[in-house]
Amino acid sequence: MPNTDPLDTIITPAMRGQIGTTSAPWMVEFEPGAIRRYADAIGDPNLAYRDDDAARALGYDGIIAPPVFLGWPAWQGAQEQATGFESVRLDSPFKRHVTGGTEWRYERPILAGERLTALAELVDVYVKQGRPGVGKMLFQIIDTRYTDGAGALVVTTRYTDITFEGPQDEEGSDG
Amino acid sequence: MAEPQPTWDSVAVGQELPPLPKVATTQMLVQFAGASGDFAPHHFDAKLAKAWFPGTGVIVHGALKAAWLGQYLTQWAGAQGRLRGLATQDRGMDAPRHMLDAHQAEEGQTWHCMGVVVAKRVEGALALVDLQVWVENGAGERTTRGEATVALPRT
Repeated sequence: MPNTDPLDTIITPAMRGQIGTTSAPWMVEFEPGAIRRYADAIGDPNLAYRDDDAARALGYDGIIAPPVFLGWPAWQGAQEQATGFESVRLDSPFKRHVTGGTEWRYERPILAGERLTALAELVDVYVKQGRPGVGKMLFQIIDTRYTDGAGALVVTTRYTDITFEGPQDEEGSDG
Repeated sequence: MAEPQPTWDSVAVGQELPPLPKVATTQMLVQFAGASGDFAPHHFDAKLAKAWFPGTGVIVHGALKAAWLGQYLTQWAGAQGRLRGLATQDRGMDAPRHMLDAHQAEEGQTWHCMGVVVAKRVEGALALVDLQVWVENGAGERTTRGEATVALPRT
């Protein structure tokens, strides 16, 4: 018997078939100046993001990147890097967008000047019914794993991407 | 300014972390947009923000509040502690303070990073503490929430 649940019709078999897809690897460089500007911008005075001696006194192997630096901040100015992430994100039938959540898992801190290899994977896709005005919501879970030159995992990020239907009687906006 | 190093043995489930006050200003949002590469216009253009989200104006980046939680946890963990994991969710929109002049913000709301220890566990060589953390705005609303795991020295 055909499934007529309207929630289930959002994800096509082709979309479902994309679960598990990985991007091509891309290189992310953690430039010291970008780290310092980011720490300045969030108002974090920690010297571990600015001064090599201070960072070593805190037990690190040199200047490190702040924990939440990883993600869009680290990709700034490198379109091909964001493209690696974008390549696994499905085209949604919905135009409105919000970030459902972001998660970081650290094996060790990232050092300034380090170059890590990133690989994105679409790990899950599902649909939920939101409250009136939100409507149907398409969730995409995208993991990005960052490994170092020795092949060791350094950080994994998990991004929950939400696109949603929005009010039925007006045009959507990209929020 | 050095705070005492928390240890796994000394930390108790239910223990609250000392709050960290933070202030978001329109100037900080512009600086953060540049440093993070997030140029979504509702973070600097009030007219467009109102059109997209009626009743609002310029909106504080969720990623900025997540970064504050990263600062909060790293600071609390101390030199011998390490942040192992953080997950954040945006739960509400906040308006930044306006600027009074080139360097000072107007009076207005102050945000606080806050947290509580919810579990303690040992995984291999790691003595871990799980926490709930959040950013509370001037109206007492928790507009960013998160869960975190910190590795601490045993004693």
